[in-house]
Formats: sequence, structure tokens, C-alpha cells
Amino acid sequence: MRVSLFVTCLTDNFYPRAGRAVVEVLEHLGCEVRFPEAQTCCGQPVFNSGAHAEARDMAERMVRVFDGDDHVVTPSGSCCAMIHDYYDELLGERGRPFVERTREFVDFLVNVLEVDLRALGCRWPGTATYHYSCHLRGLGMTNEAITLLEQIEGLEVRDLEKSDQCCGFGGTFAVKFPEVSGSMVRDKIDCVRRTGAATLVSNDGGCTLNIEGACARDGMDVRIVHIAEVIAEGLGLMEPPAS
Amino acid sequence: MSTAPAEPEEARPQPVSLTVNGESLLFPDLPYDFHERSERAVTDPTLQRFIDSATIGKDRSRKRSCGDAFGERYDAARDLGGRIKQHTLDHLDHYVARFAENAEAAGTRVHFARDAEEANTICLGIAKREGLTSCVKSKSMVTEETHLVPELERAGIEALETDLGEFILQLDKDAPSHIVTPMIHKDRTAVARAFRDKLGARYTEDAAELTQIARNHLRDKYRRADLGISGANFLVSESGSLVLCTNEGNGRFCTSAPRVHVAMVGMEKLVPSFRDLSVMLKLLARSSTGQPLTVYTHIATGPRRPEEHDGPEQMHVILVDNGRTNILRDEDYRAALRCIRCGACLNACPVYRKVSGHSYGAVYSGPIGAVITPLLKGLKNYPDLPGASSLCGACYEACPVKIDLPRMLIKLRRDLLSRGVNNFLERLSYRIFGLGLRLPLLYRMGGFFQRFTMRAAAGERGYLRRGLGPLRPWTRERDFPVPAEEPFRAWWARRSRGSES
Repeated sequence: MRVSLFVTCLTDNFYPRAGRAVVEVLEHLGCEVRFPEAQTCCGQPVFNSGAHAEARDMAERMVRVFDGDDHVVTPSGSCCAMIHDYYDELLGERGRPFVERTREFVDFLVNVLEVDLRALGCRWPGTATYHYSCHLRGLGMTNEAITLLEQIEGLEVRDLEKSDQCCGFGGTFAVKFPEVSGSMVRDKIDCVRRTGAATLVSNDGGCTLNIEGACARDGMDVRIVHIAEVIAEGLGLMEPPAS
Repeated sequence: MSTAPAEPEEARPQPVSLTVNGESLLFPDLPYDFHERSERAVTDPTLQRFIDSATIGKDRSRKRSCGDAFGERYDAARDLGGRIKQHTLDHLDHYVARFAENAEAAGTRVHFARDAEEANTICLGIAKREGLTSCVKSKSMVTEETHLVPELERAGIEALETDLGEFILQLDKDAPSHIVTPMIHKDRTAVARAFRDKLGARYTEDAAELTQIARNHLRDKYRRADLGISGANFLVSESGSLVLCTNEGNGRFCTSAPRVHVAMVGMEKLVPSFRDLSVMLKLLARSSTGQPLTVYTHIATGPRRPEEHDGPEQMHVILVDNGRTNILRDEDYRAALRCIRCGACLNACPVYRKVSGHSYGAVYSGPIGAVITPLLKGLKNYPDLPGASSLCGACYEACPVKIDLPRMLIKLRRDLLSRGVNNFLERLSYRIFGLGLRLPLLYRMGGFFQRFTMRAAAGERGYLRRGLGPLRPWTRERDFPVPAEEPFRAWWARRSRGSES
């Protein structure tokens, strides 16, 4: 199966290890992964800010860059939701084939590849809790990631209080309403802290940037990883980082 | 409920009053600045505690109750609710005309008011003509919108809010901060204090005793009132009926005991038929309070008939526009008028949970308020509201009539930008950003520059503690992680060349 990776701008620059993990996992599962190097951004930041002409240009660019009939897989729920929820409005019919080919990484693993991590012998000892990023809601996803995590041997998944409450990122929201955004993310990390888990699994670069920044400010010691990193480490495809 | 321990109430922290320099809570100076009040709200631990537990509790009961009733078909039920309201809006002229015709046939006088002022004038005109002096009022958001109570009082008519929450707010000279739970920002000790200070009652935090105090006070007023004012949850077009949902029974009292009943109703409250009403009632109570049905569902079709023992001698319905036809005309926002004021979006909203209702500086708060306030009162008067959302989508998921609030907020942001309400620099920065992300070379150079400067500034620690420019507000609240040493695409290029270690 051929897969084009849409790595997203945040993952590219801030969380490249998550992108690498996606590649390793998909290849391990027998996919032929390509990375169209002309890709940049889906346009969400400008679209959400109301700059729709700019967003349309970027959406058109995305469709051109990912031309073909590969599955397009992305490690970020929010970029995927941008494509699914709003490309129709920006591009109409023209964008539809691309939209239909595009899947969030977990969605792709669970619903296209129908992966069972138990059968693959995925083992990752430790405790973790999972941050449900809001844009998965837009994609109609609920507990797919938890299901995957629970298939991992040795991993204890702990429930997160207020798991359906936004972490307060919201792109420009975080800088335009810092007082509100800050109060939201502190609420989020308090919930994470109460789980006592050593690891937080977060599948969205934006949420991760926000939550990680709040943890750093607070001096809170929790490892934040993308689910692909957990799976890649659990399958022995990547070494856990020396801490 | 058990009596709270006898702790002196002064010892407990109370939320800081959100009245800003005597400025009206719901009618602030314009253009309205969201930040002042929201900043106060998020730093008020008591308020945070009240709002957090109340909204999360209500959101949970909505999910439970809708789950029990609709199961897998919850989405389909919301879809149906949305279609019923959308159909009504798409043919509103027809349904308004039919409603008026049927209501008049049942003996109700129907009035049309273009704006708040006209609505109040009609109401005061009726009171004057009939010589009415004492009014009991049930909860109604439209009357908040038209600012009716102060107008009545100015005309010498005593006007008493009878919804328990609104009653307490009226005693406290406070304003509602939630569409359904108006005193969500207060707790029982606030009620106890208000009753002691304003009604001369003994201080008690016992819920049953407090209810009894309110009841005794209100009963007397009900008996003497000659004017009953209400809103309506729905108007049924096919019969000209008015539907009122309450849990305290005060709505029924207000609309039956006094000689004259005046209902002030937003013109979007219509549904075509009782068949449609049954769907809407199922959705309303469950979405709003998690109940299968509100305790009282009152349907009034015309005033008292000769053979009836109670009910008002006159019934008036004032259909209020007050900006609604502007929304109706605009295809992008028309669906916002589907709103049945259940408050589910407020309860689900993580921003509302932090800032509380008064931060929105208007009658309607939360996600629906962020959409309709700028539409009703002017985008340039409320330029912050469209941005005051993380676009998490919880509101859309909770909405029983599927109003796509995040999409509308984005459209309002687009309108702000295209009308030049935002400053020039902000517009320019989107241009540059747009350009940068369209041109891969510029994108890579930008990434390099960002990586270089941020990593240099952050040093060993790996986080920026104090950012500059657009990052300054970010780092006021939290650190900013720096870009990785090697971006993904560089790793990919290395790997493709076969030089990956």
C-alpha cells in the first residue's frame, strides 16, 4: 500500500521524531511511504484567522502536492480536520478526492490497516495517559487511540479527567487570549498530574506545544510523546531516548 | 440537601463582583473589550470552582440523558431538530403569518416589534391602557435583550422576577450569566445573604428553608399582580399556541394568575406544528438540564375562555425582531437562529468554563453569544468575541439543532479581516505567513531562521521563557518549546541519500 506522508509544519519543525516514528511504523506494517518534499502547511492557521484567500491558495497547493492516488496520512488530528471540515468550502468538488484520501495516523492504523498491536508483539513498559485532541471530534473519532494503547503489552493506560476539554491551544487564540488559554492549559496539566502517569500521549503538534510549554513552566516532569513514537519504540523500531 | 456547617458566611471567599466601575454587565460601553473581565474571571478561584463544577455536571447529565433517550440515534435526533428549525427559518414569513392568524383566532393579540425600544413601548402601552401597576415576570432572555424590567420600573410598574435565580439576581442588582442557569456564578451562601439583607430573613443555607422564604415572598406578589410577563420557548404556528418550559412552575403562575399576560418572544421561536414541537421538547430539556422533560410544560392558546375558571383576560404576544432579520438574510449565519436557548454549548465550552458569562459583555454568552452578539449588535462593537474561542468544536457537538458554531466564528473572523476591523499589521502578517507557506524555499528559510534564533535564545534548557513580539503573550502564561535541531525533512533527505546513521 502506498502512503504519502503529510508531516505538517509543526511536526516538521518541532516534533520531527513523531514524523520519523510514523514512517517507521507504516513501513513496518508494509506500506511504501513517500514524502512529497514540496509540502508546507494545510492553511489552517490563516483560515482560522479569517484570511480565506490565503487559505485557499494553500489548500490548492496541498491538492497539487499530494496529487495521485496514494493514501495521505498525517500525524496531526487538527490538520486532518482542517482538510476534512473546510477544504470543501475552499475548493468545492475539486478538493474532494484529496479529502477522501486523507487520514489521521491513528484512524489509518485502526480503520484502514486494521492493526492489532497485540498480534504484532508491541511492548512498552510504563504508565501513560492520553490527551484527546479536539480536532479528533471533528473527524468523528472517539477512543481509537485508547484502544490502540490498550493493546500494548506492559503499558498501563490511566484515565484523564476532563479528557474531552480543550487544552487551550487554538492557534492565534493562545496569543490573543493568553489569560484564558493559560488558564485552560493549567487545568489540563493539573488533570495530567493527577493521573500520576509518567507519559502523556498527545497526537497533535499544537496541543503538544501548548501542554509541553505549560509543563516546562510548571517544572512538571512528564514525557510527552506522539502515539507513533510509543508504537515505534514498542515494536523495537526506535530506541527510547536516553533520559 | 443537608444543612451546611454553621460557618460564618463572611469567612468564605466569594467571587469578585464583575461589575466594572458601575458599567452595566450586559450593556457595557462599546466597543466592548473582552479581556478586562475575562482576566478577572480566570484569576478568581471561587468563581472558577462554581463554574467548573456546574458546567461539567450539566454537560455530563446532557450526555447521559441524551444517550439514554437517543442512543446511537443522538446524532440523527440533532439532525432532525436542526432540520425542523431550518425549515421554519427558510419559510419564516409563512409561519409567522400563520401563527398570527391562528393566535388572533384564539383571542390572542399579536404585535410586531422591530427593535427593543418598540417592543418595550408596546408592552408599556398595554400596561398603561389597562391601568396595570404590578407585574410578575417569568424568565425570558428577550426581555433581558430589550432591558424591559428597568423600563417597567421607570414607568412606575413594580416588576418582580419570579424565576428563583433571576429573583436572587434582581435582589442583588446582578445580571444573568448563563442562558438557562442565570446565577451559575453564585452559590447558596450568596442566596442566603441576599435573603437576609434584602428580605430581612434569618440567615440560612438550608435549601428547603431558602426555597420557602422565596415562595412566601413570591406567593403574595402573584396574588396581587395584574400583569404577567413571560417569554416563550416555542410558538406553535398551526395553533397559535405559546409554549413555556419551567421547572419551578412560576411560568404557569405568571401567565395564568394576573389579568393580563404579555409574552415577548423572539420571532425565531416558531415551530410549524405540535408534531415538530414534540421533537424539540425532547431535545430541549435533555440538552439543557439533562431532564427527560421540564417539570412544567405549559401550552397556552389564547386567553381565558368563558367556560374556564382561570387564565388571563387578555393575552398578548409581541414578536420581536431586534436584529434577527439581518441574521436571517445572511446565508452564512441564518442557521444561528435555530438556537433554542438550551445552554448546552455554554456548558460544553472550555472557554465559557473559564471566563463565565459576564465576560461576553452581552445578554447571550458562551459560543452562541460569541456568534449572535456581533450579529445582533454589530461586529465592530464586539470585535473580540469571534476570536475568543479555541474552535474546539465541543459546542457544535452539544448543540441539539446542529448549529455549526465554530464555522460561523471563523466566518466572523473573515468578516472582521475583510472589513478592516483588525489592524493592518495583523492582516499583513497573514499575507506573509500565507506567502511563506506557499513557497517551499521561503518556508525552509523561515524554519531555519526560527530554529537558529529560538535555539540560541533558549540555551540549554530548550524552552523560551520570555518571547518577543507575537510570542510575548504566549510566554506570559507558559514556556515556548524550541524547534528541534534537525527538522523532519532534513532527516528524510539524509535517509533518502542513504546516509542515515
